[in-house]
Amino acid sequence: MEKVQKNSFESKKMRMSTKNKILSVLITAFFTVLGILVVFPFVTMVLASFRPGQELIRYGLSIKLNFGEMTFNNYTYLFSGVHSYFMWFRNSMVLTIVSVTLTLIICYFVAYGLTMYNYRFKNLLFFLVIATMMVPFEILMLPLYQEMIDLKLINTTAGVILPGLCGASTIFFFRQYMSGLPGELLDAGRIDGATEYGICVRIMLPITKPAFAAMAILTGMGAWNSMLWPLLVYRDADKFTLPIGLNTLLTPYGNNYDLLIAGSCFAILPIFILFLCFQNYFIDGMTAGAVKG
Amino acid sequence: MEKLKKLLYSQKAAPYIFVLPFILSFAFFWIYPLFSTVKMSFQSILPGEVEWIGLKNYSKLLKDTAFHTAIRNSFEYMIWTLVLLIPFPMIFACFMDSRLIKMKGLYKALLYLPALTSVVVAGTIFRLMFSELEGSQMNQLISWFGFEPIKWLKMKVTSYFALITIACWRWTGVNMLYFLAGLKNIDNGLYESAEIDGAGGFKKFIYITLPLLKPTTIYVLTISVYAGLAMFLESFMLWNGNASPNNIGLTIVGYLYRRGIEKNQLGYASAVGLVLLVIALTINVIQLIMNGTFKKEEK
Repeated sequence: MEKVQKNSFESKKMRMSTKNKILSVLITAFFTVLGILVVFPFVTMVLASFRPGQELIRYGLSIKLNFGEMTFNNYTYLFSGVHSYFMWFRNSMVLTIVSVTLTLIICYFVAYGLTMYNYRFKNLLFFLVIATMMVPFEILMLPLYQEMIDLKLINTTAGVILPGLCGASTIFFFRQYMSGLPGELLDAGRIDGATEYGICVRIMLPITKPAFAAMAILTGMGAWNSMLWPLLVYRDADKFTLPIGLNTLLTPYGNNYDLLIAGSCFAILPIFILFLCFQNYFIDGMTAGAVKG
Repeated sequence: MEKLKKLLYSQKAAPYIFVLPFILSFAFFWIYPLFSTVKMSFQSILPGEVEWIGLKNYSKLLKDTAFHTAIRNSFEYMIWTLVLLIPFPMIFACFMDSRLIKMKGLYKALLYLPALTSVVVAGTIFRLMFSELEGSQMNQLISWFGFEPIKWLKMKVTSYFALITIACWRWTGVNMLYFLAGLKNIDNGLYESAEIDGAGGFKKFIYITLPLLKPTTIYVLTISVYAGLAMFLESFMLWNGNASPNNIGLTIVGYLYRRGIEKNQLGYASAVGLVLLVIALTINVIQLIMNGTFKKEEK
């Protein structure tokens, strides 16, 4: 009796598998189409960057391809350096590197304090971290802007970086990661005579490296792409970052479209390369909050 | 001195020193601005002249038709993103999680790519795609179906189509990854025993996947509500600044930016911001109650 049932189950499985094969082909086809649709805008942008900017103004982003008319002129112009593009690029680099470094160090320490000890206000403090996520930044943007003027931090990189240093999501991620680590390491360190800070830096930090990698990529991407707050804080044109600079090229007269389109392609490049190398860190960093949060 | 050093190094003081940066940042860059924006919303602020005007900013908002347009636009945008960016990424994630598809890494990477771009680059691409010129991609596309070129960004319906296309393009992959991470947490044994009981794919989805994905869904819903209501830069990029014809692209944050930064009316803009905050919090609390997050079962 049991055998018969098993056999019928197996044959059911066999029948399923032809059905599954068809499904599999359909689903693969579906995702291929979806993938092509998603990549399409990038492809047209890259193609457009090999055509004169004048054409963009006359026709918009066109589907028509004319390989004979393709030129490298936009890129020659981009690398000729007779414009501000690489100044923006450098500013963005500096902003990204400084803010990633500081954010990671500070958030690591805060998360360490919120995870590795038991004390009275621990839960309250963690609640406050969560509370900061409940207010969209856009609401605090005006009073912060006013505050930066009062603190004489307007038009400075410090003014751009400071309000975001203790990013709640970064703290949250570190905490998530650390709560999975063995707490006995702390006691072992203490017995060996290490100070609290020594344990934090010399014992725990090395084993938190994967979390640092994921967060470096995520905060780095955020800083590289951030637009609204830097747009408010930076006033001098020589401090503009890439997103602000590119935005200034987008005039209705379209006189800068050569630079705009080639520059936009080149601006994505660093992140694309990072993504290709460290794909998993991108995904880990992104999804940590969703699973347990 | 020696004593102070000892205290600083003690196990009792250490956690407070670790969290000190957060406490400072919380005080200076969260509590202070939050209170000052509440205060400013009761004031009329002109350079060198601050006047308490009570609830006048708010009563003015009630009659401000541009603000009503902004609220309606933000809501419409948010609802569309909820309708499109939760069910579809969830289904995609289920496909992605099944054994029916190979080269998952490639497809995941492809769908995630748009999230790497800044709003500026994305906005530039889509602005050109949806250009009103005859040769633009969208106009060519509809011309294949025999339609005349459209001025995409000058009409409400078509411009929202553009805005929502950008949102879907950028966030489908990200939300799919969220759901995929949620699916990984579901015990495979549940599906197997359901299969033995004869449950088909659809039944498994309704009775196992959906309920067990709930925490992820709530998370995605929460961030989508916030992101939808606070949308600004997309519209800023599509219309090259904050001025769209007849305010079709004006959002709540766009209006806050216009009043606060462009017209320098900090008091009035603060009131706009607080209305947004109240709306966002209310929706979230209602959503969390409806989803039973506050119920005891959690413990």
